[in-house]
Amino acid sequence: MLAATSAVQRPVDAKLLVVDSQRNLIHVPRTAFVEFLRPNDLVIANDAATLPASLSGVHEQTGKRIEVRLAGRHSLDPMDVKRFSAIVFGEGDFHTRTEDRPLPPPLQIGDTLVLGPLRALVEELLGHPRLVSLLFEGTPDQIWSGLASHGKPIQYSHLQTSLELWDVWTRIAGPPVAFEPPSASFILDWHVLSDIREHRAAFATITHAAGISSTGDEDLDHLLPFDEPYHIPLATAKAVELARHRGGRVIAVGTTVVRALEAAATEEGHLHSGDGVATGKIGPATRLRVVDAILSGTHEPGTSHYELLRAFLEDSTLQRATGELIAQGYRTHEFGDSVLIL
Amino acid sequence: MTITSTDPFQGLRVAITGGTSGLGLALVRELVNRGARVAFVARTRERVEEVARENPGAHGIAGDISVKEDIYPIAIQITGELGGLDVLINNASELGPTPLRLLSDTECEDLEHVYATNVFGPFRLTKALMGALAASAREGRGAVVLNVLSDAGINAYPGWGAYGSSKSALHQMSRVWNEEHAAEGVRFLSLDPGDMDTPMHEAAIPDADPATLKRPEQSAHEFLEAIAAALPQAVGT
Repeated sequence: MLAATSAVQRPVDAKLLVVDSQRNLIHVPRTAFVEFLRPNDLVIANDAATLPASLSGVHEQTGKRIEVRLAGRHSLDPMDVKRFSAIVFGEGDFHTRTEDRPLPPPLQIGDTLVLGPLRALVEELLGHPRLVSLLFEGTPDQIWSGLASHGKPIQYSHLQTSLELWDVWTRIAGPPVAFEPPSASFILDWHVLSDIREHRAAFATITHAAGISSTGDEDLDHLLPFDEPYHIPLATAKAVELARHRGGRVIAVGTTVVRALEAAATEEGHLHSGDGVATGKIGPATRLRVVDAILSGTHEPGTSHYELLRAFLEDSTLQRATGELIAQGYRTHEFGDSVLIL
Repeated sequence: MTITSTDPFQGLRVAITGGTSGLGLALVRELVNRGARVAFVARTRERVEEVARENPGAHGIAGDISVKEDIYPIAIQITGELGGLDVLINNASELGPTPLRLLSDTECEDLEHVYATNVFGPFRLTKALMGALAASAREGRGAVVLNVLSDAGINAYPGWGAYGSSKSALHQMSRVWNEEHAAEGVRFLSLDPGDMDTPMHEAAIPDADPATLKRPEQSAHEFLEAIAAALPQAVGT
């Protein structure tokens, strides 16, 4: 698929491939998304704002330039920002493909990384030369201030211009806990939310710390997605019950919403509200207990996102859909086109 | 002031711009006393740190809302440190050059600077925080944006053209926003605190008798009553 190379969240020519319940493939402008909603459907999106999780700096012991990409955290607690798991690259930046990025200098427990105004200690090595646990110095407020002034959004070489937070925060962005944007929600703006209401469907959110999508390293990519903390508001759990009761469908906007909702689901398909951590992977063997449909970006075979889509569709239909996406020139990656699997 | 379990501000997440002097500082102090979780913004880092020290628990953020590049760093510190946002008070204001001058004597650049602080700053910050506010409303906590208005934004006073017209624009933005986000449960208030004994008032009218002016603490208290009235009854209880 073609890469979407402009950081525009809602391009006027954005496309949507709809796979309906009869497995028909329908091409429509993406703005037509709401036309596929029925009364009592519930649309659930991830309201995480995106952290400026890319931190350039220096490995103090060698003086070598590095780039740290924050990749994981134990909880969503606003004050729990001293410890992060992180991917560390050697010299360079997003202009170079991650596959071609050099390793960082060999990292040892106790090494210090100087990241603009922030200082972080390598607390643990996590079994790969790029993957470490970091302990930041300072108070939580000082860490937030340092991230805000020095961090940049994580980005990849298919985008040539440097991203700013306003490029990656969705319209519904709330708590800044995502390491990369929950980009399926780029489709949403306040007008679309109003349209959802006019179609007598409902809208709710979860907060999920969406992790990094690619490390450029096959072994590390195999571990994705990492464990991701989430929060399910009580209002969202109630909205799911109401939609179920009224015969509406639960439509997840993005893979992270599926991951959070299914992690919080009971065997009977009820939803636990509150905090949790999503572990494990969703794939063809997963029995979905809460989510009925997904609105997602376009994903290429082999990625963890594609694997998740296999929980919604049998392989033959998914392959047919992928063929259509390629044939019709759909764009992929975070600013790309979308699919709706009903 | 005594904290009671029924105080609607107990545990409420509130952000205030211009929080180190005048009305903004009075708001920070009363909110901290009433058990709110407070983040405040002001331009001078030293002054921010001083006010944070004086008000334990309050999160001080150094930033200039008139600067586009400062908005997202401010927004991420607010929602990062508070874990979300229930109330935003757009209080920071720019009077323009003093002594005040007639509108036709006002330099275009000065007018632009006043608008950058009083109109574009609140617009950008509110837009960046709208997702957090709407989430709070969906969760039943309520969400209120209070934009600090001025009598000069309603009535025409010679010499108050730059400031007054900017406040008028902010007032109308509040009214439109209030209509547009009513369905989401985000309320917008636009309130005039009255003539207060503050550094800004002294800059505008140096020979005013302070005894005839309101104390900023009184206006702050009135504003918080108005915010409480706009929140769902169950919040904080």
